[in-house]
Amino acid sequence: MDKILRIDMGADGGPKITETPLGDYAGLGGRAMTTTVVSREVPPLCHPLSAENKLVIAPGLLSGTIAAMSGRLSVGCKSPLTGGIKESNSGGQAAQVLARLGYAAIILEGKPKTDDIYKILIDKNGVKIVIDNSLKMLPNYDLVTKIRSEFGDKIACMSIGPAGEMMMNIASIACTDMELRPTRHAGRGGVGAVMGSKRVKAIVLDDSGMPMRTPKDPVKFKAANKVFTEGLLKHPVTGQALPAYGTNVLTNILNEAGGYPTNNFKEGRFAGAAKISGEAQAELEVKRGGLATHGCHRGCVIRCSGIYNDKDGHFLSKQPEYETVWSHGGHCGIDDLDSIAMLDFLDDNYGVDTIEMGVTIGVAMDAGLAKFGDAEAAINLVKEVGKGSPLGRILGSGAGVTGRVYGVERVPVVKNQAMPAYDPRAVKGIGVTYATSTMGADHTAGYCIATNILKVGGFVDPLKPEGQIELSRNLQIATAAIDSTGMCLFIAFAILDQPETFQALLDLLNSFYGLSLTGDSVVELGKKVLSTERDFNTRAGFTAMHDRLPRYFSTEPVAPHNVTFGVKDEDLDKVFAW
Amino acid sequence: MQITIKLFAMLKNGRFDSAQRECPDNTTIQDILNGLAIPVSEAAIIFVNGRHANPEDDLHHADTVSIFPPIGGG
Ligand code: SF4
Repeated sequence: MDKILRIDMGADGGPKITETPLGDYAGLGGRAMTTTVVSREVPPLCHPLSAENKLVIAPGLLSGTIAAMSGRLSVGCKSPLTGGIKESNSGGQAAQVLARLGYAAIILEGKPKTDDIYKILIDKNGVKIVIDNSLKMLPNYDLVTKIRSEFGDKIACMSIGPAGEMMMNIASIACTDMELRPTRHAGRGGVGAVMGSKRVKAIVLDDSGMPMRTPKDPVKFKAANKVFTEGLLKHPVTGQALPAYGTNVLTNILNEAGGYPTNNFKEGRFAGAAKISGEAQAELEVKRGGLATHGCHRGCVIRCSGIYNDKDGHFLSKQPEYETVWSHGGHCGIDDLDSIAMLDFLDDNYGVDTIEMGVTIGVAMDAGLAKFGDAEAAINLVKEVGKGSPLGRILGSGAGVTGRVYGVERVPVVKNQAMPAYDPRAVKGIGVTYATSTMGADHTAGYCIATNILKVGGFVDPLKPEGQIELSRNLQIATAAIDSTGMCLFIAFAILDQPETFQALLDLLNSFYGLSLTGDSVVELGKKVLSTERDFNTRAGFTAMHDRLPRYFSTEPVAPHNVTFGVKDEDLDKVFAW
Repeated sequence: MQITIKLFAMLKNGRFDSAQRECPDNTTIQDILNGLAIPVSEAAIIFVNGRHANPEDDLHHADTVSIFPPIGGG
């Protein structure tokens, strides 16, 4: 991982490839890489779909090594959805393969002047860029089948579906999993639209003939990986609950806690929760010959995912994540897992963010476009997005735009990005993260659910404002650092509770790069990433007023606890005052 | 007094999803756990009527106790 690949898609005479050494970007991975490049090279006031925006794709510092969990990918740009900086994170095979091919980042720049669409092939022999208009408007599954017939099975593929080609604000970038299905997405913030604006349909990565990356101190590295893996397997969350039930194990607990947003954030409990819970989902998957435990990339030992088959035992989608089950489920009043899995498949196939898509449908239901609970109507609305009809274009612009177009008063967005599956009134820590994150409403940016609800890393009462600012700050810092390593964020459950597992993570980084990082250096890295992102957003026009939840969360209490958000504005302004 | 008990994830295996129990006054959550042979370490997250509670807390008539093992997601 000692070079950067730049592709100027707008160069005269066709795309121009440049490979450069890391230079100033040495030592950066994942989110630290994408954020630093975007912050330095993208004019903050540019239009996100213009030639001036750049799409930065970066594996993590430890991607492409034998380290467990190291295969997460960061995709950065100026977001068409939020207008601020974006790092969207994805599983799948791409990060491992890209790292083994030696690239610390791919930077797509410029914009072609014609309507042709391109595929990019990167293998041990170098980079090839080809016009392939036969791929135009193919959904992701069909696209990957075609790519596979051309390049075989030993590849990883990153692609956009029709939503990306139409440059919709909610378009994702799909990454193939171990079975070469386009099921893992850099979903949030419309990164797929930026790829679409560069007219790049697919990036095919083939690391055949490339070795594993080798650490500076292989003996120490191997030993650290052993301790790290053991720590993950020993912790009850990463060793048992996540493998057994997946992320959707959260449905029941958020529902019990009264923090499960129902029918577009009107209530905190959903009568149909048990029917779409992780427990019900895992049982059904096993019964139908799917899988309740499955990894999204090689080297994952937690394996929180699964395979969801239809009632005839045929593959329907990967196991929909908690956020997806919620956004299409309780948020829309839908309590049928088969419909939710179908929506998950359609989202992946058209290439849209499942959170933004589901929240948008709930907002559309609030506007009267469909009835809450009508699964068939929800499926038809998503199909409109795939078709690109005028209605589909509106929905494909996200919850914020849809709410405006249809005159909806209550639209759960921050910085125009839809809130995920936790009501910020009943889980106040996550409300602080939604409000202040550089990304817009994003649960992963500082996952206070861990400490507010799950009692991981201590306990801070979710119903009281006290302690939430500090909790969110610390988790946002830790997350920015973990996102730079390429590690799956779920390692946090184990490293928050087990000091020896955190030390093993440091040992992995230190023995690989010959560094002597401490816990403090990790905090410094996290702060630096966040400060860089805040600075970009400030230059893009964001102020303290953008670090707020929509007003109704402060004025309208949510049942069953009948609470409003209640964290003071002046306290929100202290999150980044370190 | 009457108490509703709800069990989740692995805890319901071999037990039940939801049950109503008649309990003497002054019953604590710990008493419920003992009755169900659930070690405290496995009852990582406990809610009474949707609010976090601890094993030593007393229960009251018509309370709903929801018990979860250590879980996580996101
Ligand atoms: S724990 Fe889940 S999200 Fe994380 S790497 Fe494994 S399968 Fe992917």
